[in-house]
Amino acid sequence: MRCYESELRSRLLLGTARYPSPSILTEAVKASGAQVVTVSLRRESGGERAGQGFWSIIRNLGARVLPNTAGCHSAKEAVTTAQMGREVFGTSWVKLEVIGEDETLQPDVFGLVEAARILCREGFEVFPFTTEDLIVAERLLEAGCRVLMPWGSPIGCGRGLNNLFGLKALRARFPEVPMVIDAGIGVPSHAAQALELGFDAVLINTAVSQARDPVAMAGAFAQAVAAGRAAYEAGPMEPRDLAVPSTPVTGKAFLG
Amino acid sequence: MRVLVNGASREIRAADLTGALEELGYGGAVVATALNGEFVAAVERPAARLADGDRIEVLAPMQGG
Repeated sequence: MRCYESELRSRLLLGTARYPSPSILTEAVKASGAQVVTVSLRRESGGERAGQGFWSIIRNLGARVLPNTAGCHSAKEAVTTAQMGREVFGTSWVKLEVIGEDETLQPDVFGLVEAARILCREGFEVFPFTTEDLIVAERLLEAGCRVLMPWGSPIGCGRGLNNLFGLKALRARFPEVPMVIDAGIGVPSHAAQALELGFDAVLINTAVSQARDPVAMAGAFAQAVAAGRAAYEAGPMEPRDLAVPSTPVTGKAFLG
Repeated sequence: MRVLVNGASREIRAADLTGALEELGYGGAVVATALNGEFVAAVERPAARLADGDRIEVLAPMQGG
């Protein structure tokens, strides 16, 4: 899978939030095989300097970081956060989030397109967190995005792919654009389904970090993603409404 | 002068952003800064003059999804 100029072997991207401990986070990343982990920026206290320890853990993972703009509610806020992230993390990659509504954390797609336009102009490689809306996707691509991150369902809800019809339409409309399903994945079967539909990757956080055993769940997701991709490449059968006997009927004995 | 650092009111003596970070305990830390809502790159901090009532944001790496 290619994201901007980088070739990624793993189709599982992992978030780093809400793990029971730093060591479990480290083990989960290893078990997932993820090459990309998402990170964020928050206010640092001059006394505690908590962010410094976290950054040291992340650097030791050897993974590529994808800084997000989580919690930003306007294009301006997201652009400034992205600029700060580029300096701290030393990457032009940014997972662009502009949140429009607090109950569902639904993207503000208008602010998203506005921020994407500015950031692409400034040389960022933008991974926009968006909905399955086709026209928004088109605008994001026009703005300069070369990867899309449509949601499966609202962040952290674990409900899987909420609008299959819309997601399939998005995949079919832009077959060449790398797409990462971001948000809403709850169990490995959801991830497998996303890959079976032809999405290039999934980004998982809560489903792993809040599992009873995050390390085991990270491994389970790695297997599901591999299986889903293999199934997509193998070409799944077309579903039908009526039964079709799998055992040949011709030559069956008449025993009635 | 009195400035807001990450939303908290602080009294500082430094006149620029580099000096303020040192004074506030961020010396050597990996942080990004904004002054009154605008990003200030590390190389621009010595030239970023502070005034009474300025809002300084000091951000560091944190867990994220």
